[in-house]
Amino acid sequence: MTKTRSPIRSNVGLKAVMAVTGILLVLFLIAHMLGNLKVFTGETSFDHYAHWLRDIGKPLLPGVWFLWILRTVLVVAVVAHIWAATVLALRARAARPVKYAHRKKVRGSYAARTMRWGGVIILLFVIYHLLDLTTGTLNPVGTEGKPYGNVVADFAPERWYVTLFYTLAIVTLGFHLRHGAFSAFRSLGQQTPRGERRARNAALVFAVVLCAGYLVVPFAVLTGLVS
Amino acid sequence: MNLTLRIWRQKGPEDKGRMVTYPVNDVSPDMSFLEMLDVLNERLILDGEDPVAFDHDCREGICGMCGLMINGDAHGPQRGTTACQLHMRQFTDGETIDIEPWRASAFPVIKDLVVNRGAFDKIIAAGGYITAPTGSAPEAHSTPVAKANADAAFESAACIGCGACVAACPNGSGMLFTAAKLTQLSLLPQGQPERYTRVIGMVDAHDEAGFGGCTNAGECTVVCPKGIPLNTIGRLNRDYLAATTKGAGNTPGS
Repeated sequence: MTKTRSPIRSNVGLKAVMAVTGILLVLFLIAHMLGNLKVFTGETSFDHYAHWLRDIGKPLLPGVWFLWILRTVLVVAVVAHIWAATVLALRARAARPVKYAHRKKVRGSYAARTMRWGGVIILLFVIYHLLDLTTGTLNPVGTEGKPYGNVVADFAPERWYVTLFYTLAIVTLGFHLRHGAFSAFRSLGQQTPRGERRARNAALVFAVVLCAGYLVVPFAVLTGLVS
Repeated sequence: MNLTLRIWRQKGPEDKGRMVTYPVNDVSPDMSFLEMLDVLNERLILDGEDPVAFDHDCREGICGMCGLMINGDAHGPQRGTTACQLHMRQFTDGETIDIEPWRASAFPVIKDLVVNRGAFDKIIAAGGYITAPTGSAPEAHSTPVAKANADAAFESAACIGCGACVAACPNGSGMLFTAAKLTQLSLLPQGQPERYTRVIGMVDAHDEAGFGGCTNAGECTVVCPKGIPLNTIGRLNRDYLAATTKGAGNTPGS
């Protein structure tokens, strides 16, 4: 065979790119969730934690360098993840130019079926989320340096539609992770039937725990537990 | 049993093709699916019409020639069964059955329900063999093989290359076939010398043929008449990643 293409552009290589970038993003999601839960320790503590995020690495790294390094890594991971997914989706479409007249729904899980559109929904949510709680543009208060107040104002009961959208996005993320986490193991060489069962169960438990960890914050604000 | 068949008719590769409805009466529940099509074809020939072209050979589920999309299921509703081993008792009287060819850009339709599966041959030609002359079957004890490896290799070797995995895959991927043909060799001592050049060659040939990538949806393993497990693809992934990162020191095939 003539080897004209780089291994990374092969179907297997692209899946490995998706797995590695997906794992990076999952690590961020875990840290982000743990940070969110600090909202239950009170306003001073939560705001203090948010300020500490900007100071990580001091005095080795000046200013908010750590934050920007982290943001760069995340943006690269997101772009690579979407690039690989898009190439694979286009190849999949090209691989079946004539559709079946009679086609059953794919028997695999709902999560597996909705990976691509679910990913689009998550991307749209992330853009909104950054404009809401990072830049403050879409936040009703949007005070810089006061994240606790911003979060409480964001999920106030009269802004129920924000909480609804947030919940939908998180549940979509949960489904994405349920298939994605298992799929990442497989793409990186998980190869035994017993390991497959374990990976699937671990992915399910992880997705549920992560969803719960993220959803507890807006619902705590909604019920007045955090105010 | 009286049935209504909706069959994909396409005169040749250039024809656009369409679903055509045929009533078939007095079908015995003990007929195989292909025998039922034979009955239809005999009638079409007597009526001076063109019979429905479909692939078949052994009719005992081991050659991999037959392959029909029956009501949206590759090889029909019964699991672990090829279309030729499917019996009409799986259907109910008065049912409408849709019959289509495998759909994939790598499997162009030749006529009606017959597709060209030459893309699979290209994948095999790219590495699905060993170059060592093995002669006649050796004494079984001379090359010890771990039981788990022997079992997994045997499971993969059961692949008959029918193409149902590609037909059912939402991405039109041929990964289950490629992985089966790879692991039947890579798990055995005889397959080791070319293990890493083989996987690169076969994956390249797979991609060049225009198959899609695997998203671990698991549709392939459900329809596979030989029940090749999904984790076989994980073995391929592992070998491919090892081959590309190690720089594959072993020699390529001829």
